[in-house]
Amino acid sequence: MALRGDWMYENNGGTCVAIAGIDYCVVAADTRLSVGYNILTRDHSKICSLADKCVLASSGFQGDIRALHKNLAARHLLYQHQHNKQMSCPAMGQLLSNTLYYKRFFPYYAFNVLGGLDNEGKGCVYTYDAVGSYERVGYSAQGSGSTLIMPVLDNQLKSPSPLLLPARDAVTPLSETEAVDLVKDVFASATERDIYTGDKLEIVVINASGIKREYLELRKD
Amino acid sequence: MFRNQYDTDVTTWSPAGRLFQVEYAMEAVKQGSAAVGLRSKTHAVLAAVNKAASDLASHQRKLFRADQHVGVAIAGLTADGRVLSRFLRNECINHSFVYESPLPVARLVVQLADKAQVCTQRSWKRPYGVGLLVAGLDETGAHLYYNCPSGNYFEYQAFAIGSRSQAAKTFLERRFEAYDGYSREELIKDALFAIKETLQGEKLTSQLCTVAIVGEGEAFHIIDQQTIQDYIDAMELSTGGPEEEAAAEAPPSAEAQGGGEGASSEPAPMDI
Repeated sequence: MALRGDWMYENNGGTCVAIAGIDYCVVAADTRLSVGYNILTRDHSKICSLADKCVLASSGFQGDIRALHKNLAARHLLYQHQHNKQMSCPAMGQLLSNTLYYKRFFPYYAFNVLGGLDNEGKGCVYTYDAVGSYERVGYSAQGSGSTLIMPVLDNQLKSPSPLLLPARDAVTPLSETEAVDLVKDVFASATERDIYTGDKLEIVVINASGIKREYLELRKD
Repeated sequence: MFRNQYDTDVTTWSPAGRLFQVEYAMEAVKQGSAAVGLRSKTHAVLAAVNKAASDLASHQRKLFRADQHVGVAIAGLTADGRVLSRFLRNECINHSFVYESPLPVARLVVQLADKAQVCTQRSWKRPYGVGLLVAGLDETGAHLYYNCPSGNYFEYQAFAIGSRSQAAKTFLERRFEAYDGYSREELIKDALFAIKETLQGEKLTSQLCTVAIVGEGEAFHIIDQQTIQDYIDAMELSTGGPEEEAAAEAPPSAEAQGGGEGASSEPAPMDI
């Protein structure tokens, strides 16, 4: 695959999804790490808990992803020392955007989805491109299986157009268990057709009582 | 006390081989309100007296967390202390980032001491006017260090700095030999007793002091006021307290442990 001696990136595959609810947020990612047609490991987490109300899932080049997560974790520690409290999800959203754009001319090969609770306790999801362009949305998918998953999420969760008045919230009215079930379904479907998605699904749910983790086995082929 | 001739510049030696500016900086530490530190094998406790500039003002923060496993208590120019705390936090974060492990306390205090030393050897700088009691836990156990404005640092079993700290040091000198085996509760009680000594008769309440602890299975944190008040109330109940038991103990060893910081006359404090 690597014909050039100076190609500094590698795509380790994988898919990340996040869905925002009224008072919860679901962030999920598969745990397969691949290179080309090979699987490097079936048990590698792409999810990083940055703050007690903020979780980041990234797919792409694992070297850059690891460095990006470390960077953000260190910046969060600094913030806690200075302000004596945890960073809110919107604040972390802006910080991630700035961190990504800082490397505009040698980007982090990371496709990110940030999920958590905003200052009012409502679910929020921010979706990013590799250089920091971001938007708050009600749900998002990034990574190799995103093109397979996004249309299904649009079908199930799409809110009316933001041009309609009065403004309607983007968060889904689904309950927490329904959202988790939806996530499990879309990942099972993506696993069928995307070779880089599979093995195991890690689901993280953030709500007022904290962060909860669960796992689901996926197809290993 | 006024050694006017050679004290204009920090880079000017006196004929007796002293740097007066550095010694004056150490005087600033003695003017600050008291702070004490004690440690056992597994825990280290820091306590400080909360002094407010006036009844209208809130008190200065004297205890700072540098990382999960390290914290400091300061005495002297609190602004300098704040800046140094920020430096300590940065060093801890940088080390964790590169080595994915907590910065050993001994290395942290060396970095801090080196930073202080630089200010004693530049004509355009002044020494930091703050003494720091650094308490932390690492693989080799719990540690307590004292960092001087001079750039010196010493490890202690127990120590006190700031105004009226001699009273606390006398108390600690009587009891420090047993500290290695103390439980965390006994350490906190002794820290509060030591603080009480510096108050010279004023009633000790949880409003007047701040206490922080770090130890095995316990990240550095400031203990809440209610818990401290409960400790104080328990102390009041036990009549007389440890002073009476201490009278029966062996005479104190006047070693560097527990009270190396002597009077302001010979020898020059930083030479110890």
